Amino acid sequence: MSLTPVELPVADRAEAEHDYVWTLNFGPQHPATHTTLRIVLKLDGERVVDAVPEIGYLHSGFEKIGEHLDYNQYVTVTDRMNYISPMANNVAWHGAVEKLLGIELTPRCNYVRVIIAELARISDHLLSCGAIGLDVGAFTFFLYAFYQREVIYDIFETLCGARFTNSYTRVGGAMNDINPLVIEKIRDFLKNFPRTLDDMERLLNRNRIFVDRTKGVGLLSRQEALNMSASGPVARASGVTRDLRKDEPYLAYSDFDFQVCCATAGDCFARYLVRMDEIKESLAIVHQALENLPSGPINVGVDDRTALPSKQQVYQTIEGTITHFELVMDNRGFEVPCDESYMATEAPNGELGFYIVGDGSPVAYRARCRPPSFLHFALFPRLIRGHTLSDVVAVLGSLNIIAAELDR
Amino acid sequence: MTTESNAIDKLRSHCSSVEVTTFRDQTRVVVPRHELADALALLHGSLEFDLLIDITCVDYLGYRGATDRFGLVYLLSNSTTNERITLRVMLNEPDLSVVSAVSLWEGADWLEREVWDMFGIQFDGHPDLRRILLPEEFSAHPLRKDYPLQGRGERHNFPVLRRGEA
Repeated sequence: MSLTPVELPVADRAEAEHDYVWTLNFGPQHPATHTTLRIVLKLDGERVVDAVPEIGYLHSGFEKIGEHLDYNQYVTVTDRMNYISPMANNVAWHGAVEKLLGIELTPRCNYVRVIIAELARISDHLLSCGAIGLDVGAFTFFLYAFYQREVIYDIFETLCGARFTNSYTRVGGAMNDINPLVIEKIRDFLKNFPRTLDDMERLLNRNRIFVDRTKGVGLLSRQEALNMSASGPVARASGVTRDLRKDEPYLAYSDFDFQVCCATAGDCFARYLVRMDEIKESLAIVHQALENLPSGPINVGVDDRTALPSKQQVYQTIEGTITHFELVMDNRGFEVPCDESYMATEAPNGELGFYIVGDGSPVAYRARCRPPSFLHFALFPRLIRGHTLSDVVAVLGSLNIIAAELDR
Repeated sequence: MTTESNAIDKLRSHCSSVEVTTFRDQTRVVVPRHELADALALLHGSLEFDLLIDITCVDYLGYRGATDRFGLVYLLSNSTTNERITLRVMLNEPDLSVVSAVSLWEGADWLEREVWDMFGIQFDGHPDLRRILLPEEFSAHPLRKDYPLQGRGERHNFPVLRRGEA
């Protein structure tokens, strides 16, 4: 009896050819995703053939809520978008609102916002670099980073009373002025942090394990970065020289001397290096802003009815009480044009912009957030294809995906 | 940064009606729906708007003075000159479909999926137009203005899974 191979139907044959490909669910609850997201991985042994990101687990309808909260209230929701650098979100949201309303900030407020935005950038980069270190096995580095983040939290707590969800900015100014104690704490941080930063760089930059696991992993070319709308450190690590702080200077960024940090390799290691370099530039910016902090009021004139008066003014002066009433009551409030505008800031993760449509009422008609994580996570399948399962965490860490911002 | 008049002139010569407005140093262009593909190709090609910043949508139901239901918004930027331009297309029910921009900017993939998810606008030629943030069983498009902030419903659409069939 001769053995003849059985001819499979065409459909089955195709399936049999890919029989060795198996599927792995990564997340939604996994220590290395850091947040709630799911990736369906198709694996050939340990090699990733394809990855399908599945998002929406943390979708909380922030944009819908934005259509029901007024311009000052919504800042509390922006805190919860990218919760590892909430100050940067506050600055982005109120920057966009002030652009729509046509409010010019005071010089002091511009500087204070630069200071808090840059401190938020440092704390964000510390976490994302720390997390990628943790995921590929450098635990000490992560602890160093977290200790320094704690110092920044402490500065924010002294500034506005909240460590995590700051809600510090207000339309036309801020919740309160920066006080001497905060300035002293920031000065201390500027003095002590560079030493730790040097230690951190010595721990990882030439660490054999770390370099082996990140160099050449997750390559993103310049062309792809542009075509896939990457921004921030992810784009800059691929050679895109775009930094909104330089290209479209907002707040007071044109006053400061700093470099745009770029790399050309486009791999996980380059993204890590860009972030570490940006921390140094941010320190330089904070230093310059603190030394040249203009005097004067932090809020634009209370009489213009553009900023909420301080609590002291509300309780002790009749003008303050009236202004507060006028701004807070539903049928009064700001003079909002029936028009729409977009304003973007260079958030730690990339271009964070808000497209706001005003309709004359104190509540935005549409408050669209352009989240950098959303566009970066779309890059993920492209970056991971062909690498091994253990590289998944390195690529995820280097993109710094924050699911709350991803899903909003 | 504002858009140079060169880009506007080219758009004008290509499209039959181009409505240009400026607000807070931003140039906004409204093109008719059937010429969207041409306008996008022109902006991406010879005008070198190589960076797609965002695609979003606004539901103008009940908006003061609005004549169209949806406004689809494309925010584009030129990575060399840092020019920005806002391109808008007005859409009305029942025909809510436009051409997909994925062939020009790959970054449009997830952005268009989100607009479909939240507003129910279809993108012809999109490689994988599924819902992105909400589950497939969801039947509404929640960022439309006729969708309430609070209420009952939706949950009934989801099948109840028993232990055995999970």
